[in-house]
Amino acid sequence: MLKYSLKRLSSSFLTLLIIISVVFVLLRQMPIEGYFDNFEKADEAMIQAKLNQLGLNDPIPVQLWNFLKGLVHGDLGTSARYSVGAPISGIIAKKAPLSIKMGVLSMALSLVLGIPLGAAMAKGKGRFWDKFGTVYIVFINAVPAAVYYIFIQLYGTSFLGIPMLFDEANPVTWILPVFSMSLGNTAYYAMWLRRYMVDELNKDYVRLARAKGVSGKSIMMKHVLRNAFVPMIQYIPTSLLYTVCGSIYIESLYSIPGMGGLLVDVIGRQDNPMVQAIVMIYSCIGIVGLLLGDLLMGLIDPRISFVKKEGAR
Amino acid sequence: MEERETILSVRDLNIKFSLRGRTLHAIRDVSLDLYKGESLAIVGESGSGKSVFVKSFMGLLDANGWVDSGEILYNGEDLTKFTTEKQWLRVRGKQIAMVLQDPMTSLNPLKTIGAQIMEAIELHQNLHGEAARREMLSVLTDVGITEPERRAKQYPHEFSGGMRQRVVIAIAVACRPQILICDEPTTALDVTIQAQILDLIRSLKQKYDLTTVYITHDLGVVANVADRIAVMYAGDIVEIGLCEEVFYQPKHPYTWALLSSLPQLGVKGEPLYSIHGTPPNLFNEVKGDAFAPRNPQALKIDFVKRPPYFEVSPTHKARTWLLDPRAPKIEPPEAVRKLASEGVKGHA
Repeated sequence: MLKYSLKRLSSSFLTLLIIISVVFVLLRQMPIEGYFDNFEKADEAMIQAKLNQLGLNDPIPVQLWNFLKGLVHGDLGTSARYSVGAPISGIIAKKAPLSIKMGVLSMALSLVLGIPLGAAMAKGKGRFWDKFGTVYIVFINAVPAAVYYIFIQLYGTSFLGIPMLFDEANPVTWILPVFSMSLGNTAYYAMWLRRYMVDELNKDYVRLARAKGVSGKSIMMKHVLRNAFVPMIQYIPTSLLYTVCGSIYIESLYSIPGMGGLLVDVIGRQDNPMVQAIVMIYSCIGIVGLLLGDLLMGLIDPRISFVKKEGAR
Repeated sequence: MEERETILSVRDLNIKFSLRGRTLHAIRDVSLDLYKGESLAIVGESGSGKSVFVKSFMGLLDANGWVDSGEILYNGEDLTKFTTEKQWLRVRGKQIAMVLQDPMTSLNPLKTIGAQIMEAIELHQNLHGEAARREMLSVLTDVGITEPERRAKQYPHEFSGGMRQRVVIAIAVACRPQILICDEPTTALDVTIQAQILDLIRSLKQKYDLTTVYITHDLGVVANVADRIAVMYAGDIVEIGLCEEVFYQPKHPYTWALLSSLPQLGVKGEPLYSIHGTPPNLFNEVKGDAFAPRNPQALKIDFVKRPPYFEVSPTHKARTWLLDPRAPKIEPPEAVRKLASEGVKGHA
């Protein structure tokens, strides 16, 4: 297990390095305006001086090396336009906690709603909950999120009297954004859990369990639900991590100062250092999610063995 | 022959399935007495309804199937009247246990085999904790698994097919049932393992005083293990009798055809015998003798009227008009006569 984890870890690390390098090199091809907050007014000498100061006239491999050296010390560089001269790590540290809290809450809500829904759908295949769930899943997948987000905001604020704008100190204002955010994942979990449970239900071991006198309820809980959860567990870390990155749309809808819209914002402003830092963070999250998923799978499923096979007899 | 105690009695059972809006008549008026302590083999080709028939004893028919009429009497209760799961849970495992065909898929891949056997013990023997564990280890030893302590902690994928089937049998035995149904217990196994598994079931039958029902299409298995044989065709038992009677004095043309197809009875250099045609479509009502369309020597009446059972001996009866005193004398095929004259049982 340890050896496998180390191997996976090092290959993840390599992947990350490649992504950083590619993004870094690509961003060097961008116009240099992104490094100045007053490019129009600056003359050639000033520009060159600034570029030298930032190290942008160095050969690209040297720049990359310096950036990576900074990374080791937790230095992501400084923002060029978004918040001039401020360390990027500071900007993100200020915005991230809110998105993370909101993401974790919405994720928890999705699991709490999605798993029972999926289980109920699988259990009563073709009956009420299955039809209800199918309608819900199709609706969530077919209708653009923006449409029902707006409806939720509209009706939530007018009928339930919940304040429209988000206020971190007021728990009531958390309800609508967290609920809106959880809808997509709820549908996703319900859909996959139903599918995996139906797969399991048709397997012979369920028939044998019935024949040995296990009640339908126990079969569902002890055998089917657990086994169906195994293929799902792989995707949960990834979806959790993406959820905590915040949702651009919901954060702007409720004026939440999270990091959801940050990437789009800094790309728009051509803030190259910020872009590379955030892209790197997102890639990290994706890679860590996959890694955690694989390791979790290995912990839960005894058929995945990290040591050399003893050989079945 | 002495009067034997009947443990389970099926009376005029009819089972139907609904498939895409049509009704399939899978079991047609079947009656059967199962005697305590005997070993009965139900033989027949795929689709003859043998699995469906025994599944109905445990309420394990698929959701689209139902008992249309008839009764299954066990312990003074009619199992066909059961409606709730709670009622069935008194029977499943506790009274009647089952070994399924494919050991590769009939165990939960994510639970240790120890846990899967314990589940049955805790449900049916009212033992828990350490006592249940000890019982589990002893059952594992009973089914011939060495080092039970270590093996109990392993998962199904760490076992070979034959070993898994032993575990499945251990689960069935751990329920301490009265009746053990083995649904093609050796079909998915290597030939070399088959005999071991059959021996194992036989020895457990002795040890735990079980009544066993084998479902199989392998007449070799039957010859090895059965006291009595029931031959099923198109959802009906067409002939039933003691093992020797069915092998050496078969009366039904279908039994003849079945025996003639045994490779061991073929003549060297000649093509193997096979039964022409296909079984009747059970979506349609079967008229007369279901086997008549495939029987080159069928009588006219076979197409018109379903034959009743004719008794050959107190233990042997067959549904064929050939046994009617008015029927013309039709000799069984040569292979079957040869088998009878040789009088050897162990051809498999």
